[in-house]
Amino acid sequence: MVTRGFTGRGSGSNQADRVPPGQHLEAGFPVLSAGPTPLVDTADWKFTVKIGPKPAKVWNWSQFNALPKTKVTRDIHCVTSWSKLDTVWEGVLIEDILADAGLERPTDFVLAHCYDGYSTNVPLADLLSGKAMVALSYAGKPLPRDHGGPARLLVPHLYFWKSAKWVNALQFTTRDEAGFWELRGYHIYGDPWREQRYKND
Amino acid sequence: MTDYGDQRVSWQSCVILGIVQRTPTIKSFFLRLSRTFVHIAGQHVDVKLTAPDGYSAMRSYSIASAANASSIIEIAIELLPDGEVSSFFHDVAAVGDEIELRGPLGGHFLWPEPAADAVLLIGAGSGLVPLMAMIRQRHALAQTVPTALLLSARTAKDVLFSEELHSIESSDPAFLMALAITRERPARGSDYGRRVDGAMVQETLARLDRMPAHVFVCGSNGFVNIATDAVLLAGLDASNVRTERYGG
Repeated sequence: MVTRGFTGRGSGSNQADRVPPGQHLEAGFPVLSAGPTPLVDTADWKFTVKIGPKPAKVWNWSQFNALPKTKVTRDIHCVTSWSKLDTVWEGVLIEDILADAGLERPTDFVLAHCYDGYSTNVPLADLLSGKAMVALSYAGKPLPRDHGGPARLLVPHLYFWKSAKWVNALQFTTRDEAGFWELRGYHIYGDPWREQRYKND
Repeated sequence: MTDYGDQRVSWQSCVILGIVQRTPTIKSFFLRLSRTFVHIAGQHVDVKLTAPDGYSAMRSYSIASAANASSIIEIAIELLPDGEVSSFFHDVAAVGDEIELRGPLGGHFLWPEPAADAVLLIGAGSGLVPLMAMIRQRHALAQTVPTALLLSARTAKDVLFSEELHSIESSDPAFLMALAITRERPARGSDYGRRVDGAMVQETLARLDRMPAHVFVCGSNGFVNIATDAVLLAGLDASNVRTERYGG
């Protein structure tokens, strides 16, 4: 349905093929979260990989920072309709975390957990092959608290609610278990190119 | 938590029935749905505008009206600098225009039903909108749960729904309101002439006379961080604090 009198900024830019349907470009970096911003001290920070309820490996901040780091430049897409191009992140790829834990594919699904009680589910295949990392820096600086610092999950090919802030655990699950927003009406998978914003989209 | 069932929340066309200038920068839009829904106070709709060349722009707007069986909802939209969608609504949209929307959406920032325990609402500017839906719902259902609103605005003229809020406050002993007016002297002694801070949250909690079981904070990210830090410093648990931040 055409809206009377609306022309919009239009696709106008030569970046249009990088902006998924219903999204618009954002130069800033909006901050969205469902509760207070937690303050996580790296001295107390722990990161756990679990298989079901059982911890398989736990790292502290210095142990985690000793893992191989990878730098990526990615476009990100928030379900509230902004997209941001060419964001630069550095962190530890999920396959490098699993290799350090001596794990391959314990199950096909992962639930990420966070310091503020948030959680989100991602199929393992979407976390491997360089697609995802636990990011420790943004734009060349330690990840700010507002953006999930000291560490957040980064899964840039899915809507950004999957890139859980203040992440502290990846839990392998036998089924695809819905996380925080997935239980509250949002899509179970969240592919921006298929506009999977809400349940059953 | 809302049970979304297996129903897809699909797009529908609605008609603009009325437009009201609420503050120098905020207008209310009354929309008649073609498919009526009953929302929960705090929920939002997604609005989609489509240009003749097929380009479309989508934004989320909180519902300002209380949940009811009416087919008319109110949204309030602040004109943002360079706002692609907000400038359309402020400068182009007219009564009788058709707009595409879908909803109700959002399953977290929701008025608790049954509303049994005290509630603290903190908002800034157009961040009042989802809180207003909560206040209106509480009022419409004659709920008596003690509720405090701490509302920040630049000047008295920028206080959204000011008359209605003052009227509810004067008629309802279980509802109290404190304004934080940042760019002029407040008219009432019980209001503040500064930005929201920890002392202000403490004083509002003291007036509420009990620790709230639910805290809802809505505004810019900077505002929400200051307000939630103050709330946590006052001894409230982070798990009882729900936030909504403007973003893009």
